[in-house]
Amino acid sequence: MFRTFLVGMVLGLAATGAGLYYFPAVNQIRERSLIVVHPNQGNTESFHINVPTDRILIGAPGRENPLPAGLEWPDDLQFAGLRSELFKIRNGKDAVVGVASRLAASNADTGDIIEWVLHLPARGSVYMTLQTEPSERGQRLGRLLSGTREFAKMRGTVSESWVADTSAAEDSGAGRIELLTAFVSTEFEDEAVVE
Amino acid sequence: MKYLVSLLVGMLVGAATFLVFLYLNPLTTANKLSPLSVSDNDLMSLNYSAVAADALLYTNDGESQVAPHPAKVLQLWEPPIRRTDALVTSLSDSRSQNVGIGIKFSSDSESSNILNGQAIVDSVWHIYLPGRGSLFVNQSENYWGYLRNIVVPAHWNSGDSWRGIWNGSTTVGPGALGTASVIGGSGEFAGLDTEGVESLAAQAYTVAAGPVAMNGELLIELPRPAAAIAADP
Repeated sequence: MFRTFLVGMVLGLAATGAGLYYFPAVNQIRERSLIVVHPNQGNTESFHINVPTDRILIGAPGRENPLPAGLEWPDDLQFAGLRSELFKIRNGKDAVVGVASRLAASNADTGDIIEWVLHLPARGSVYMTLQTEPSERGQRLGRLLSGTREFAKMRGTVSESWVADTSAAEDSGAGRIELLTAFVSTEFEDEAVVE
Repeated sequence: MKYLVSLLVGMLVGAATFLVFLYLNPLTTANKLSPLSVSDNDLMSLNYSAVAADALLYTNDGESQVAPHPAKVLQLWEPPIRRTDALVTSLSDSRSQNVGIGIKFSSDSESSNILNGQAIVDSVWHIYLPGRGSLFVNQSENYWGYLRNIVVPAHWNSGDSWRGIWNGSTTVGPGALGTASVIGGSGEFAGLDTEGVESLAAQAYTVAAGPVAMNGELLIELPRPAAAIAADP
């Protein structure tokens, strides 16, 4: 019987080791990427934010109705020109795929800035800076400064635009923020340089 | 029948032995020295409270151990973001002066490997320091030491809590020396491409609420400007 116990113990050791090796501790849920390939223009991907339902935070001094309720944003003078926002972001099929932060700041020393960080848990993150003045078409244009994981070797541009909801539906919101990214991989350029 | 019971008990003992070995494995317990501690460059220290209730905002799936703050904040319950936390916090310098705002997104990483003592979290910081500029920090963090030295002992403790002093660097990449990648976006940081390390200093933890006394520090290396070479007179 003791021999059976020992055999069981070895099996237990092996099964636990195999289980931890073969079954991932983390398995992020993925939504299908909806990327459009353009001839000679890289790949574009569209994200959007439904306002106000996807807005998590508006961080700005002196707001009478803070979002979320109970938020105590610092009233330091140094933060007077800063507006921080947090959102959930959606893909072209209106499914939530990540979270995003948007910083808009006006400061005499650093100048005016508008920046986005998109964080897609299953794919990576992107850090983008935008022009503060919108174009004639109402878009703000910007560029990718840095990316992680899937976006680590990308370069490209982004546009931000506000699309007001003009429908008369009862559940309609104020509108949506659309982010259109146009990224292309630099991987093959790097290889060409090496060669 | 008794052989079957003996086999099953043996399997349970084997599984438990394996888990105890993983927990006590000395190869995964080393608390490495921060690679920035030997840097010749200037270091910028940004400190924050790692307690959710002290943050300006903290949110997660709403079902995790640490409760979102403020209570009415939107929760990240959708499946693709369910294993993601968002933290918005004030950042202070080494003299405890409030110098900026930091936003941190953290997601459990699929590169986690319990066999190697790797409880990996992919995280990014979006930082704005008024009068100076903005930064983006990308890092992989390993929370194995935190789990091993704080969380598990707290669950074993009869009071469901842990008290003590634990300091540990959580950053393990993507830099070759286990450093975070730091990119400057605007102001004096525009064009900056440097490294950083995040560390935690914990004093108290409860099973019910998570960390109740814990501070975090982001240490960012600021390369010195290249010395101008004067023309030979």
